[in-house]
Amino acid sequence: MNIKPKIGVVSCSGECCILGTLSRVATRFILEGVRADTVTLCLPLFLAGDSGEREFAQRFPTVSVDGCHKLCAKKAIEKFSGPTAASVDMEKLLMEWGEEPTGTRKTLSAKDVEFAKRIAQEVAKRVDEAREDQDG
Amino acid sequence: MTDSKVLVIPCSGIGKPFGTIGREATFTVVDELRPGKADTNCLSLLVMGDPDAKRQVQESLCVAVDGCPLECARKNIEIAGGRIDAHVRVMDLLRDNRGLKPRQVTFLDEDGEKLAAILAERIAEKVDDLYTGGSR
Ligand code: SF4
Ligand code: SF4
Repeated sequence: MNIKPKIGVVSCSGECCILGTLSRVATRFILEGVRADTVTLCLPLFLAGDSGEREFAQRFPTVSVDGCHKLCAKKAIEKFSGPTAASVDMEKLLMEWGEEPTGTRKTLSAKDVEFAKRIAQEVAKRVDEAREDQDG
Repeated sequence: MTDSKVLVIPCSGIGKPFGTIGREATFTVVDELRPGKADTNCLSLLVMGDPDAKRQVQESLCVAVDGCPLECARKNIEIAGGRIDAHVRVMDLLRDNRGLKPRQVTFLDEDGEKLAAILAERIAEKVDDLYTGGSR
């Protein structure tokens, strides 16, 4: 039987600004239904956890979801675990769309929630590409 | 000059409601309850080894806010060379409020919001204890 590994989706923690909240919420949307067959891990575990957590990106092709150009999730995963299969930079994406969030880091506006849904679709595309690469 | 604001850093765990509760409580403290006394920053910056973020935790009074017994906020601050001046754990809060059962992760439900508000008051008290208005 050929059991395919799941795809990992890991968000930055993003406490500094609303972009971090958007990346977190978009990642939750992925897990909750957009691609419910994905898995995640709390990013701080890459440094604070044990070697099991550090094997995450080796076990699962992983898509990083970052709030800004600092790309903390992508860099941390690549430093501790292995190369990411793909990455999403929220700041860049919103700039490309010519959009700006209107809520706060604590409370997203209705428009922000729509952005998060749209971002989740972008993440889903990367997840599907990672899966296709896996299938060869 | 040393930053005299108390640095509150939540783990922002993404798998269960507890990380969301710690995160929301932190934002309530730094943006609403104690904006002049408390600040936060991205824990992920510490995970990926950002030098400015490391310096900030080394030079600040730090409150770690953790969602589960793995205590990622505390551990990452300590690994970065910071000192934990106060530690707040969502699990302790749950023990003291057994009637409240948060279930939603992405957007907190009523019980989650109540717990986040209680936690915010606890963190604000810690900030008041620690804040001196001057350098560490
Ligand atoms: S990528 Fe940007 S928003 Fe996300 S944790 Fe890093 S600094 Fe914060
Ligand atoms: S302390 Fe627990 S909930 Fe928080 S980031 Fe670590 S593993 Fe996740």
